[in-house]
Amino acid sequence: MQGGQIVQRLRDRFGGAVLETHEHRGDATLVVERAMLIDTLAFCRDEAALAFDVLMDLTAVDYLKYPGREDGPRFEVVYHLYSLGHNHRVRVKTRVDEDDAQVPTAVDLWPIANWFEREVWDMFGVRFAGHPDPRRLLMYEEFVGHPLRKDYPINRRQPLIGPSA
Amino acid sequence: MAERTRRQILLGEGSGTGSGGNLQVGVGPAHPAMHGIIRIEAELDGETIVGADVEIGYLHRAFEKDCEVGGYNNAIPYTDRLNYVSPLINNFAYASAVEKLLGIEVTERCKFIRTAMAEISRICDHLTCVGASAMELGAFTVFLYMIKAREFLWELVEDVTGARLTISYGRVGGVKADLPDGFAAKMTNAFKETREVLDEVHRLLTGNRIFMDRMVGVGVLSREETIGYAITGPLLRAVGVGYDVRRAQPHWAYDRVEFEIPIQKDGDNYSRYLVRMAEMEQSMRIAEQALALMPGGPVNVDFEGRPIDPAAYVDQGKQGKTEGLLLVPIRLSPNLQGQNRGAWDRVNAHDKRVVLPPKETTYGSIEGLMNHFMLIMEGYGIQPPLGEAYFASEGANGELGFYVVSDGSDRPYRVRCRPPCLPPMAALHRMIEGEMVADLIPTFGSVNMIGGELDR
Repeated sequence: MQGGQIVQRLRDRFGGAVLETHEHRGDATLVVERAMLIDTLAFCRDEAALAFDVLMDLTAVDYLKYPGREDGPRFEVVYHLYSLGHNHRVRVKTRVDEDDAQVPTAVDLWPIANWFEREVWDMFGVRFAGHPDPRRLLMYEEFVGHPLRKDYPINRRQPLIGPSA
Repeated sequence: MAERTRRQILLGEGSGTGSGGNLQVGVGPAHPAMHGIIRIEAELDGETIVGADVEIGYLHRAFEKDCEVGGYNNAIPYTDRLNYVSPLINNFAYASAVEKLLGIEVTERCKFIRTAMAEISRICDHLTCVGASAMELGAFTVFLYMIKAREFLWELVEDVTGARLTISYGRVGGVKADLPDGFAAKMTNAFKETREVLDEVHRLLTGNRIFMDRMVGVGVLSREETIGYAITGPLLRAVGVGYDVRRAQPHWAYDRVEFEIPIQKDGDNYSRYLVRMAEMEQSMRIAEQALALMPGGPVNVDFEGRPIDPAAYVDQGKQGKTEGLLLVPIRLSPNLQGQNRGAWDRVNAHDKRVVLPPKETTYGSIEGLMNHFMLIMEGYGIQPPLGEAYFASEGANGELGFYVVSDGSDRPYRVRCRPPCLPPMAALHRMIEGEMVADLIPTFGSVNMIGGELDR
């Protein structure tokens, strides 16, 4: 399927929950409401015409200092999906505010979401509701803050502490 | 912990989780087979691994954060240090992601150079992986043979880029410089040596009883789990899925070269070994075709008069033979960055907003100097329009993706690297659970964990 068709198919199915779509540089993208996120992802995976069987990447972006987005929802959680059978891609995003930085987990859909979500929690402080193992992935547990947030200064140093015994 | 008896320490009694008295063993991060950066907390029942918790992050260097504080080209040296065994692929993939964001096309010659150099890198990566994991099984000879072959290839890389490991050869909009003279001949020679080594290794390992006992049927991951864990590259092809970004979404010049995608079906360590061995031959095929098809033909810059070697020119001057020396044209190697305008134009996109002018122009004209400053000064530089782009390429371990977000300024707002070896590490516990402790080593080796890209 072409990117436009994928976006259209998802729009038809989820209508009001789709906040925004675009195809900048050929990457089919849609932003969905958090409440419908897991339904959208499950539909992407299970619908035969879409069959996105690989969660290729899961990350987040902190839009705190992005021009025009300073007031808007701070975080975007970004899912890059790929279909081995159809050889097509889609990017699904959802937006969350800082005070309520929580997204439902996708571990039940793809086991790889476990580590990807741990990394997003570690780096951005976005929680994944229902995650079976919500530890940090790269930093150590004693680390304070979330380093990829835009308000985390790059030169801040913290004592290196080993894993707790 | 204070009063552990000798028996408790020796037999590990009481150190388990309490359920069935299993033994907890921490492997790494200082264990040599863990490459110094992975800790596996294994739960053992006798010699069988019943549970494992893989801990990563020991090599985290804030790659993604660092990318946000410099210009777009400033991230190139950081990408060298992602997969430091095949840094060229990282360079090119990152540059291509920014090019996609900018909406520019690189020149044809550049595409072919990227293709050939990426394939040379891929062979280096597979050689290191197979060699190191064979060594960890006691086959030290294989390691030395493969490192010998890698040395030939790294000499090629050094010829082109000036460095062996941290090469920083890619640029947004092109590459640093053209290929050097005589590259094709050197590559033919290096590939001849590599093929001999591969042949030797096949004879040493492929039917070797000890090797097969350690590899066949060990570290198996099912097709469903491999896909569910988003594993790509040789590990996915070892379970019979022929997904390869080079074929599925051809970038650079992969749509113009012929190659096969080697597939195995068992999903064990031995299948992964066979896939990697076969891929090296395919990579050599691709690189040879790329060089043959490269527009502009062999890299030879035409000069009128009597071109001489720069070293001989200096020698003559030192001897006092300066008469007429200024008029003698010098033949400079095309891979000296920016020395030759023709060579520069062939490999870099013709876009003044992105690509630095050749040094000849920078030093020779005010327009060139201004152009140079406009790309170097803080607050200017490469400024992609607002937006985001994801570019996928086939790294040595699988899909290497870069997701770049631009806020319109001269610095990337966000650079995300999708590391190809993170998914297999996330699934490692599934591969080793139920196996013997000793099987941990070949399985970990077959994953080809590269700390630089895993921890970023």
